[in-house]
Amino acid sequence: MLSRAAVALGLSPVQQDYLLQARQMQSLSFMVHIPLVCFGIAFPAMILFIEWRYLRTGDEVYKTLARRWTKVLVTLFAAGVVTGTILSFEMGLLWPDFTSTFGSVFGLGFAIEGFSFFLEAIFIGIYVYGWDRLSPRAHFLVGVPIAIAGVLGSFMVISVNGWMNHPQGFRLENGQVTDVHPVRALFGNPYFWHELVHMYLAGFMVTGFLVAGAYAIGKLRGRWDRYHRIALAVPLTAAAVAAPLQVLVGDWAARVVATDQPIKLAALEGLGPTTRGAPEHLLGWYTDGRVQYGIEIPRLLSLLAFHNPNATVTGLDTVPAGDIPPVNVVRIAFQLMVGIGTLLALLSVIFLFVRWRRGRLPGTLWFYRALALAGPAAVVALIAGWVTTEVGRQPWVVYRVMRTNEAVTSASGIPVSYAVLALTYLVLIAAVAWALRHLAIKPLPAPSPSDVTPVG
Amino acid sequence: MLLFVLAGLVLYTVLAGADFGAGLWQLLSGPGPHGRAIRDHAHHAMAPVWEANHVWLIFVLTITWTAFPVVFGSLASTLTIPLSLAGLGIIFRGLAYALQSATDVPRERRVIDTIFAISSALTPFMLGAAVGAIASGRVPVGNAAGDLVSSWINPTSILIGCLAVAVGAFLAAVYLAADAARLGDAALQRAFRTRALATGVLTGALAVAGLVGVHHDARHIYDGLTSGYGLAAVIVSACAGIGTLVLVSISRFQLARLSAALAVAAIVAGWAAAQRPRVLPGLTLHQAAAGRATLIAVIVAVVVGGLILAPSLGLLFRLVLAGGFDPAAAHTQAPPAGGSVSHRSRGRYARVAVVCAVAGVVLLTLLDGAPAHAVGVVVLLAAAALTFAAVSPDELA
Ligand code: HDD
Ligand code: HEM
Ligand code: HEM
Repeated sequence: MLSRAAVALGLSPVQQDYLLQARQMQSLSFMVHIPLVCFGIAFPAMILFIEWRYLRTGDEVYKTLARRWTKVLVTLFAAGVVTGTILSFEMGLLWPDFTSTFGSVFGLGFAIEGFSFFLEAIFIGIYVYGWDRLSPRAHFLVGVPIAIAGVLGSFMVISVNGWMNHPQGFRLENGQVTDVHPVRALFGNPYFWHELVHMYLAGFMVTGFLVAGAYAIGKLRGRWDRYHRIALAVPLTAAAVAAPLQVLVGDWAARVVATDQPIKLAALEGLGPTTRGAPEHLLGWYTDGRVQYGIEIPRLLSLLAFHNPNATVTGLDTVPAGDIPPVNVVRIAFQLMVGIGTLLALLSVIFLFVRWRRGRLPGTLWFYRALALAGPAAVVALIAGWVTTEVGRQPWVVYRVMRTNEAVTSASGIPVSYAVLALTYLVLIAAVAWALRHLAIKPLPAPSPSDVTPVG
Repeated sequence: MLLFVLAGLVLYTVLAGADFGAGLWQLLSGPGPHGRAIRDHAHHAMAPVWEANHVWLIFVLTITWTAFPVVFGSLASTLTIPLSLAGLGIIFRGLAYALQSATDVPRERRVIDTIFAISSALTPFMLGAAVGAIASGRVPVGNAAGDLVSSWINPTSILIGCLAVAVGAFLAAVYLAADAARLGDAALQRAFRTRALATGVLTGALAVAGLVGVHHDARHIYDGLTSGYGLAAVIVSACAGIGTLVLVSISRFQLARLSAALAVAAIVAGWAAAQRPRVLPGLTLHQAAAGRATLIAVIVAVVVGGLILAPSLGLLFRLVLAGGFDPAAAHTQAPPAGGSVSHRSRGRYARVAVVCAVAGVVLLTLLDGAPAHAVGVVVLLAAAALTFAAVSPDELA
């Protein structure tokens, strides 16, 4: 390869008056994409479980359920595909200097991700249109690659995100990357595994609580035959086994952040000065280098982050003011996630306990009211978690290597595309909601004409 | 490496092009039951495969930004308007696919079909215009270094944009005629045969106009297309195009499908040949390429991925083309009854799950060090799976 010195776009701040809007566009796109993606991660596995029960028992209820869920999956998958495509475009449309400088380092992850999407798209096509046309066994097997591809896809994206948080596998010379080792950069990264496991569990929680919540609302309205009970119990169980683990994995994530991104940790906790035996603050508001109106628990932060009540925790005052992320945004998002995560874990433990001692689903209506709220709450926690990670990394796009204002496009017209995009997403969300509602109110006994012809 | 990008581009044009075209025919299908039949036919033929067709675009994007990062950054920033509009079109197309399955109400279907059709014209036009901008050398290296408007509103861009739309319509008409022939629907077959012939002629005319256009606007492309590999590709394309028209007019649709695809593929190859060796003004392919390690990693990924994908794609298209998804092909066959999970084993699952959970907490939360954490996560996930089995949610209901 010849010298690329003449052709790189370089590392220097770009003239862009609308950086904030560009960032908001990016976060808007993620907020629409990521909840959809949770269904890609977890829903195929749940549908396959139901179909497997059908294979084992021959009970038509399972088949009806699996077919109806498949339609929901297709709708959400289509929405996931288009929002994901927008994200791919935004890599260039919003952050051309990021992509042109580091594309050779992290691009491999997306290239492999592309393959997993391919697999997913192909087998979803076969799975959806293959009901009744393949033998039941073959049809079940066709579903397996969908579940695998959903996991592989998020594996790859998260490896890229892990790399952005903990860049390695290249050297920088005069704004040029050289000595690039993409495999090591992405997959040999210590910052990657907690994100992957945390996100994977989040996928199951979001999908499980949302689906179970829909049937919980149905129960509150009096729809409660065996079909509905199965449709509630399966996703609920999946979410309930994930939720308590999520707390443990989140704690692990926080300890990795503490060692690898101390400034992010300080922002999460609102820790102004570097402190030995640092306290933990619940709630409150960060001003003038400290948290006010919060509940202080002495030494807890040091204990949690470093397993030692006297450990020293780095504060925000160790970096210049320009390098501090927006503390309150990050901190509130983090507390929101932890709060919701704790409540959801509690709800799950109640469910598991009732199952263990009484051998049935919980009887009280309060459980179902809480369950109806659990789905949206899980989505909030999911987004809050990504805000924690991404905003907590600011002002860097690539941690301590490239600032966000060095990555942004210098093309004009960002406010216009932002407005158009926001409107489009509104239409998209409304349309998906409308489609799901149509699917939900279709009368139950499955073989309606549109189920037999391949309209989808 | 460039070959991969090109192969992806060709496949995207040939497969997704047809997809866009099918959308167009929905718009131009006319009113009444005949129009409805045309729209439904176009939809049924494309619905199982559109996502797979679409992914070729993602493939091209990701390979480009990995292997030719500077090219990607320059293109995306200068061509921000056409690419944003193409993205918008893609959103609405995907949306329409998602919605079409949800409703049978004619009024709602009409709105959805119209959205679908308009976005099916918008997207290929904008992507074509972007290609025109590259071909006519209007995208310099740099972050939005080119003119945001005139880079893609110029004779070459507009011609190539129109050509892209026409190519899609042509491909779709040929494919759909073939499908109609397989289904034995004579009226539909006639309808799409006429359309294939008309758009075939139109596409040819646009291609010739395009040649004249680049003669004035992008001289090096014209020179490239009239000599060497470029010329060969143009000749192949012209022959295959004319051959397709003949095959369609004598109703040999299966062959026509292939020759139509060949004609279109040759156009893309011809452009690539004419563009060589420069990608952007002052930037050759060699200079634009990423480092060795990256290229090797991508090639390995593509080859391994291809080995998995090829048979899968083959399966999908075999099922679609052989009519495996046609309404008439349904066969129902229930699995044998019986078989429920052993009730005794549930208690055992629960006990093992508790042991795993405790071990996991010790390893992941109390101990430090990567090996302990790795084992801890695995043990915890096992605990989750065992708990799920112990709960047996379906029997609980
Ligand atoms: C259903 C969603 C959900 C729930 C209930 C939780 N989280 Fe979370 N969290 C996420 C969803 C999420 C996420 C969206 O998936 C993030 C963003 C990036 C990532 O890897 O996971 C995340 C990130 C994230 C990070 C930042 C990691 C980084 O920057 O690399 C920390 C420290 C925590 N989480 C900690 C917790 C704790 C202690 C929780 C316990 C109660 C918790 N999370 C519950
Ligand atoms: C590859 C995996 C990535 C993931 C999972 C991811 C995730 C997210 C999420 C969820 C947000 C929303 C946070 C908020 O509400 O502000 C966000 C914001 C953002 N992301 Fe990323 N991102 C990724 C890659 C990128 C890339 C490639 C860039 C661009 C170079 C980027 C730059 C940003 C910026 C600038 C914001 C806005 C932050 C702010 O509002 O202050 N991220 N990201
Ligand atoms: C910069 C960030 C991202 C980009 C560029 C991106 C790109 C894409 C694209 C192009 C698709 C559609 C694939 C198709 O055509 O079939 C998609 C879907 C998907 N994405 Fe993303 N994505 C990003 C962030 C994420 C994140 C944060 C996750 C998960 C943690 C994720 C996981 C998935 C999954 C599982 C799918 C499958 C579609 C579905 O099941 O709905 N992606 N993404």
